[in-house]
Amino acid sequence: MSGQRSLALVDANAFYASCERALDPSLEKRPVIVLSNNDGCAIARSKEAKALGIRMGDPWFKIRDLCRREGVAALSSNYALYGDMSRRINEIYRGMAPSVETYSIDESFLDLTGVPVFDGDRTGYGRAIRERVLRWTGIPTCVGIAPTKTLAKLANAIAKDDPALAGVCDLGDPEERGRRLDAVKLESVWGVGAATALGLRRMGLDTAGDLARMDARQARQAFSVVLERTVLELRGVACIPFEEKAPPRQNIAVTRSFGKPVHTLAHMLEAVATHAARGAEKLRQQGLATPRVRVLMETARHGKGLQRAVSGTCVLADPSDDTLDICAAARAAATELWRDGYAYAKAGILLEGLIPREAIPATLFPKRERTGSTNLMAALDAVNGRFGRGSLQLASEGIEKPWKARFGMLSGLGTTDVGVLPLVRAGDGSGWRLFEVAPSPGGHGAAAEPVPTPDAGLWITPPAPECQADLRPSGASAADRDLFSHASRDD
Amino acid sequence: MLQPLILPQAEILVPNVLEGVCAGFPSPADDYLDDPIDLGALLVANRPATFLFTVDGWSMRDAGIFHGDILVIDRSLEPRDGDVVVAAVDGERSVKRLHLSGGRPRLAFENAEFPSYRIPELSEVAVFGVVTWTLHRMRGAAGGRR
Repeated sequence: MSGQRSLALVDANAFYASCERALDPSLEKRPVIVLSNNDGCAIARSKEAKALGIRMGDPWFKIRDLCRREGVAALSSNYALYGDMSRRINEIYRGMAPSVETYSIDESFLDLTGVPVFDGDRTGYGRAIRERVLRWTGIPTCVGIAPTKTLAKLANAIAKDDPALAGVCDLGDPEERGRRLDAVKLESVWGVGAATALGLRRMGLDTAGDLARMDARQARQAFSVVLERTVLELRGVACIPFEEKAPPRQNIAVTRSFGKPVHTLAHMLEAVATHAARGAEKLRQQGLATPRVRVLMETARHGKGLQRAVSGTCVLADPSDDTLDICAAARAAATELWRDGYAYAKAGILLEGLIPREAIPATLFPKRERTGSTNLMAALDAVNGRFGRGSLQLASEGIEKPWKARFGMLSGLGTTDVGVLPLVRAGDGSGWRLFEVAPSPGGHGAAAEPVPTPDAGLWITPPAPECQADLRPSGASAADRDLFSHASRDD
Repeated sequence: MLQPLILPQAEILVPNVLEGVCAGFPSPADDYLDDPIDLGALLVANRPATFLFTVDGWSMRDAGIFHGDILVIDRSLEPRDGDVVVAAVDGERSVKRLHLSGGRPRLAFENAEFPSYRIPELSEVAVFGVVTWTLHRMRGAAGGRR
């Protein structure tokens, strides 16, 4: 197989639930689910929770009784913990592969082309990656190895489904690949959404193998360039580049559900200003500026009251990364959109058409002096970096923020804050002193599938296509999406 | 907030004061200055595998581990005879001395005031990681937080 690339996709199993288990051994044997922002619905399920029939996105109020009855541990999402664990596993990958592309919080591509230890025993090396991640962090993973990204994704899915593979699937060998592809439905292929799958079925195609044998030109003519690329990738021709550095974002979204419905414009303006300030902070972290600010608000989707979901854009005089400019624009747009008489459940801002900060065109008569703004924002970020987010904010963001989301069932454990380190017991004479012990380093067996994006992409009036807020073009169920769109996911 | 595991250098290090301050002669030590000691690097040998835990209880007192101390745990190390380890016993995480000699592995307290040992019904035990450091606050120790 010389001349071919060797990519490995390593994907954590039920990542959020696994992170919680890594810190709390009492969760080891129990079914675990993690709830979205505001404790709204299930966004991660351990294998045991899946077996109970809990589905992705099930609203908490519908599964609460089941969870009580079956002893399911339901936890609020703890993103500080998940982010730290993600950083740890990526650090491990970087120690085992010359280049790593962090694709999402729980998936990374490793380029292992030409690595001698890998070439010596490909699946053995895949197992070594899994074992190290499990042992060092407690997170179970699966590894898919192949010459292209699309095949590596597929290999990963196969590794998850077939217990005989022990978590590692190598599709490097063309013969073995052919057999495997013929056994996989085409819906499992990365980038093939429901609509495309339906069209392909009408043409008599059924498996990933059928798709690989499809005429590439026909794929483009009857469907899209994206599908043509998928066909080629399935044949082992790499079309999707390996990107070690994430390409600059084209847009940044900050959206949140409210802790309780918002009925007044005053609270809506506070929320929108808070989200706008967070968006501006993200802009500056990446050295970007935004030419416009879109504001979105919507009522509960399955509530009794009147339904409304709207969005509107305010264009800035000059592109900016200044919190003051962006908050003012967001408040203006929100005021314009506001109608009394609705119980709003969610609001957000979207910064679109981002440009690098240096590319802000110089204007003859700037509305505000640039240097002053730069210094003020640097001071703002420095204060918040040192004393914690929200230490210094605009008054318009509100002080009490009664609309803020609830995290009622946080485990309260963390790895990044000395105040919430997990406890380890040192006896207090509870009776035992001597135990049989089997020094087994790892945790639990392989568990459920990866976790899709929480709480994003639920807008009734979707923004322009390039701004889809749901950002993972991954997984079998992902709708057809441009694989190269890089919208932002909210932290 | 997000990266306290690695202590920020500027706050714990002795800076190279000599260089900037001397207006007259350059310091003869300039050529010999080493990098200052990085406490983070000292305590954390393997960053992705290192976890911190707070101790709750006194059963390891005689090993020098006190209630309220912070343990540095390296999960990448192979547990050896005599290591202090954190182990999950029946779903509860606990710090103990690991004995591997004499045929079968054992976990033991280290506090002379604790009741003499007995072996309970078979419990499930898994070693979480090896304790490499314990951080004990000497001034203004609160004596535990919960």
